[in-house]
Amino acid sequence: MRILVSAIAGLLFGLGLVVSGMADPAKVQNFLDPFGAWDPSLAFVMLGAIVVTFAGYRLAFRRGRPLLADTLSLPSKTDIDVRLLLGAGLFGIGWGLSGFCPGPAIVSLPLLATGTLVFVPAMLTGMLLARALQNRPRGSAKRAEAAGN
Amino acid sequence: MPATPFTPIESLLGGALIGAAAVILMLLLGRIAGVSGILGRLLPPYGEPGVGGAAAFIAGLVAAPVLYTAATGLAVQQTVSGNLPLLAGAGLLVGFGAILGGGCTSGHGVCGLSRLSARSLVATLTFMATAFLTVLVVRHVLPGAD
Repeated sequence: MRILVSAIAGLLFGLGLVVSGMADPAKVQNFLDPFGAWDPSLAFVMLGAIVVTFAGYRLAFRRGRPLLADTLSLPSKTDIDVRLLLGAGLFGIGWGLSGFCPGPAIVSLPLLATGTLVFVPAMLTGMLLARALQNRPRGSAKRAEAAGN
Repeated sequence: MPATPFTPIESLLGGALIGAAAVILMLLLGRIAGVSGILGRLLPPYGEPGVGGAAAFIAGLVAAPVLYTAATGLAVQQTVSGNLPLLAGAGLLVGFGAILGGGCTSGHGVCGLSRLSARSLVATLTFMATAFLTVLVVRHVLPGAD
């Protein structure tokens, strides 16, 4: 049942990216280019997504316990540290260069553009490198625990 | 890069679908719909719960454009850069940054902002700022680089 729910959520998420045009890196990059061929569509995607999520989350948090699991698995980390700023900063540079973030890149896989087939393995490699960095034995054990990873 | 049409209605609708997916995951499974976090659960070192659910979510993502085209007869419009070294470098940055920063556009930008998380707000403002700056530099300061 959990597998089915996850698959349906992934499908809806992917259809949302396709319908909104966010599977097109050109559309994303044009949002990031107010001095060029500006396309404000991405702001409307965020608006639609956040309005629905905010309302649905209030319902889920008031209920307290999910329907098919024991607890809400919410991120426990609250500190704004160097890792957050550096990670988000680097992420934004890569996002701007390519027009791809993880969701749209995965959704684009079956479209088989050569660029996507280069981007996705590179992205997974980047994730593994960050994981390796976070799992260094000395000094990082405490932080990994705090991150709730 | 070509100009792209402004599509407020389709974008609002698509955004609402993304929101519906996030709500389903939270209401039924108590999980954040962060794509980088979900992908991370499929990568070593393992040991996090929910690997099956993560794989099913990613399978749903990959199936989406195929089912969309089958159902509507419409191809998914997309222009991906042909600069492969640039895409490889960008992919490394996106993957590394998403794990180091604890989330991406969906986890911080949609789910985190909806939880009113200050951490996610800072992350979202940071990656938006560097993304805007990157496109500004690539398209207007060093044109031809993309």
